[in-house]
Amino acid sequence: MDAYAPQKKERVFGDVVLSVDDISLSFGGVQALANISFGVREHQVLAIIGPNGAGKSSMLNVINGFYHPQQGTITYKGETRRQMKPHQAARQGVARTFQNIALFKGMSTLDNIMTGRNTMMHRNLLWQALHVGPARKEELEHREFVENIIDFLEIEHIRKTPVGRLPYGLQKRVELGRALAAQPELLLLDEPMAGMNLEEKEDMSRFILDVNDEFGTTIVLIEHDMGVVMDISDHVVVLDYGRKLADGSPDEVRSNQEVIDAYLGVAHD
Amino acid sequence: MEFLTAIFVTPFVEIVSYPIFFFEVVIGGLLAGVMYSLVALGFVLIFKASGVFNFAQGAMVLFAALTLVGLMEHGLPWWLALLLTIAVMVLLAITVEKVVLRKLVNQEAIILFMATIGLSYFLDGFGQTIWGSDVKVLDLGIPSAPLEFGGILVNEFDIVAAVSAGSLVAVLAVFFQKTRIGRALRAVADDHQAALSVGIPLKTIWAIVWSVAGLVGLVAGIMWGTKLGVQFTLTLVALKALPVLILGGFTSIPGAIIGGLIIGMGEKVAEVFWGAAFGGAIEDWFAYMLALVFLLFRPQGLFGDKIIERV
Amino acid sequence: MLYREAGQFKSSYDEDQAIFPILQDRIMLAIVLIVAFVAVPLLFNEYWLSTIMLPFLVFSLAALGLNLLTGYAGQLSLGTGGFMATGAFAAYKLAVAFPEMNIIIVFLLSGVITAGVGVLFGIPSLRIKGFYLAVATLASQFFLIWMFNKFPWFTNYSSSGVISAPPRAVFGDYFVTGSSASPQAKYLFALAFVALLALAAKNIVRSHIGRGWMAIRDMDIAAEIIGIKPLQTKLGAFAVSSFYCGISGALWAFIYTSSVEALAFDITRSFQILFMVIIGGLGSVLGSFLGAAFIVLLPILLSNAPTMVGLNISVDLISHMEFMIMGALIIFFLIVEPHGLARLWQVAKEKLRLWPFPY
Repeated sequence: MDAYAPQKKERVFGDVVLSVDDISLSFGGVQALANISFGVREHQVLAIIGPNGAGKSSMLNVINGFYHPQQGTITYKGETRRQMKPHQAARQGVARTFQNIALFKGMSTLDNIMTGRNTMMHRNLLWQALHVGPARKEELEHREFVENIIDFLEIEHIRKTPVGRLPYGLQKRVELGRALAAQPELLLLDEPMAGMNLEEKEDMSRFILDVNDEFGTTIVLIEHDMGVVMDISDHVVVLDYGRKLADGSPDEVRSNQEVIDAYLGVAHD
Repeated sequence: MEFLTAIFVTPFVEIVSYPIFFFEVVIGGLLAGVMYSLVALGFVLIFKASGVFNFAQGAMVLFAALTLVGLMEHGLPWWLALLLTIAVMVLLAITVEKVVLRKLVNQEAIILFMATIGLSYFLDGFGQTIWGSDVKVLDLGIPSAPLEFGGILVNEFDIVAAVSAGSLVAVLAVFFQKTRIGRALRAVADDHQAALSVGIPLKTIWAIVWSVAGLVGLVAGIMWGTKLGVQFTLTLVALKALPVLILGGFTSIPGAIIGGLIIGMGEKVAEVFWGAAFGGAIEDWFAYMLALVFLLFRPQGLFGDKIIERV
Repeated sequence: MLYREAGQFKSSYDEDQAIFPILQDRIMLAIVLIVAFVAVPLLFNEYWLSTIMLPFLVFSLAALGLNLLTGYAGQLSLGTGGFMATGAFAAYKLAVAFPEMNIIIVFLLSGVITAGVGVLFGIPSLRIKGFYLAVATLASQFFLIWMFNKFPWFTNYSSSGVISAPPRAVFGDYFVTGSSASPQAKYLFALAFVALLALAAKNIVRSHIGRGWMAIRDMDIAAEIIGIKPLQTKLGAFAVSSFYCGISGALWAFIYTSSVEALAFDITRSFQILFMVIIGGLGSVLGSFLGAAFIVLLPILLSNAPTMVGLNISVDLISHMEFMIMGALIIFFLIVEPHGLARLWQVAKEKLRLWPFPY
């Protein structure tokens, strides 16, 4: 039974950094999320799983302020809130990637990742128009940081390529790069490995774990590939039709009868 | 102070003291609004069926009216001229589909929009190259005597215009809801690719919808042409249809009608009672400002669906 | 062998980020500037300078302004004419009210005033997008023109509604505005303005501000989620764009025509500028210039072509033909290359870089 169990060293987590309490969200008559609560500890990798339409993406959208829940609160870094503007969330260190790639198609890989640094660049219009002194210095500092990310993700060769021309797997990687450029404390990944082949999935898993290890970034991810989920996550939340079915370590979730019935055991699509 | 009085006091005093005059203005505005609706209708049809914001609708109105008048000036009886004009508008629709739309399929909406601006320039130039640019009188024998209803004067022509617009809308509604082509049109409006995949001939549908928009343009052209004379300024009338669209929502036929009525009425009432306070001619921009203010509160228009954004 | 980047190694990110990283491009630009600043004023006669080069410069600046807003920030505007009028009338009022003020300051201030007006009319962009916004900008177009027409204060109670640019000089006594200034002086002054503003525009669009604009253009929701504030970004784009359009309007009134009425900036002007941007290339500084050149030269070509081949066509007909050809060209361009002349240029450069071994 434990053949799949991850061979991990004992992992140390901090306090609860994000806690979701009793969140309900509906669109007109459709209940997308019903009374969801869970917590994420610092440095943890938490996976949200569930069948299509379970409300996983809606959950991420609520966390980073894109959707406003009708009920419930979100406590992030000790601050409790009902709703927030997405750009405020970004400024508080929440970054994310998207299920359907949301890159800026008209821009190069480098520029896309540079946009991730935008919240940290402050030189005003006049300096930029002149492009001298502080503006230039600032640009170069951030370029340096972005180049490190490019190295880390092994995408040096496509630095200047417009992202619209890149294959799917690389686009996903650029998107991760853009999220990382913001130096997030909490990283939300919406199906980072969807549609990838085995090799690409391995690469992506490695990047995610490296980010978690090296920068201590807390990660919440949505993924359908159970092998990957069980391997890389510390904690799993299971959603089904907007309800929370289970919440626990990968092993606990795997042996939960309700989860098996609703998701793992019964063929869905 | 004087200015504030002119805005907040005088107009209301006038309205209360001369209610009959006020009603005349309102009804005149509503009837003019019907004409805006007619132009807006053409926009909505094409937007619904192909997602193209057809800026050339105004040029089509002018072009249709010019062709009709031009043919009649060459001595054709009005019914023959009308038939020929319809044929020309259908031909135009087919050409547009073949030469423009087919080549730009899958481009971004904004590119298509700009292409229709180009089309609008082309049609304006083409129509005037062929038929000349003098103001032409269009007389189809529609009566225009003032009629009196309970003390309120209404122009007979305006009523004819309103009735024809009303019947046109009714016919279109039946066409959209009850016929096979109508169903196909709605399917195309929902999703091009899905419609293609169940075997709806997209190109034919586009040609049909542009033809219908051309006919609506012709009706609008006849009405406006009779009222203002057939001339270049008709394209400016078409620009007035844009705020109507904003008010009504881009995809709603009832929205186009009601938006037109609101704009027509608002504009007339504003000009007559408030115009003096601003120095007159506020008709130039009132409709746009009204639409703009409206947008701030209800971005999806009166009848549009609330937009749920997804990522 | 002419156009290669082989052998030009960059050893720092600074070098890699230079405005023209390839040596040949730098040489080319230097040649263009020398031609523009030295050869053109020496070789071109007055007719060419004042009826072709001046409008070209003025239009380029307006197109650049609109391109920043529409091409880079993705906000479609049909109000360019209104903003140009604002610049023209602001410059006029300033120049007349403060005769001692340096004309350069006057122009810059009129740009700032226009930027303010642009921000005001850009506010709806926070709630509405695309076509809705385009229609909303029509409100600014019609309202502003109506305002300048209606209130005689703007024209200092001129009975005809026309403003005439007062003569102003730079560097002591070089008159650059008004009807008495020499075409050469006007041309050089306008050129300097346009060249510097174009450089500034290029710098802005490759800064974090420009990236913010493009992010909003390409996918506004994602942009907001990664922390780009839609409010500041969009209004910033409106401000900068209007600044450029305003100065362009001021140059029009003071340098190109010397006297102007509000109707010169009506809705057709807005479309004309939009066409320049489309034909030149959305999201390209170079494209703004190419588009302006195209639209300025086309009518001249069209009105001279028939007489050149011996045809006698009435002026009326020519103007209609111009409409037709313009419309057809727009459609043609959109079909063949939606990204305009600038993209054709870029493709040509890429081909040249690989030539003669394209694979």
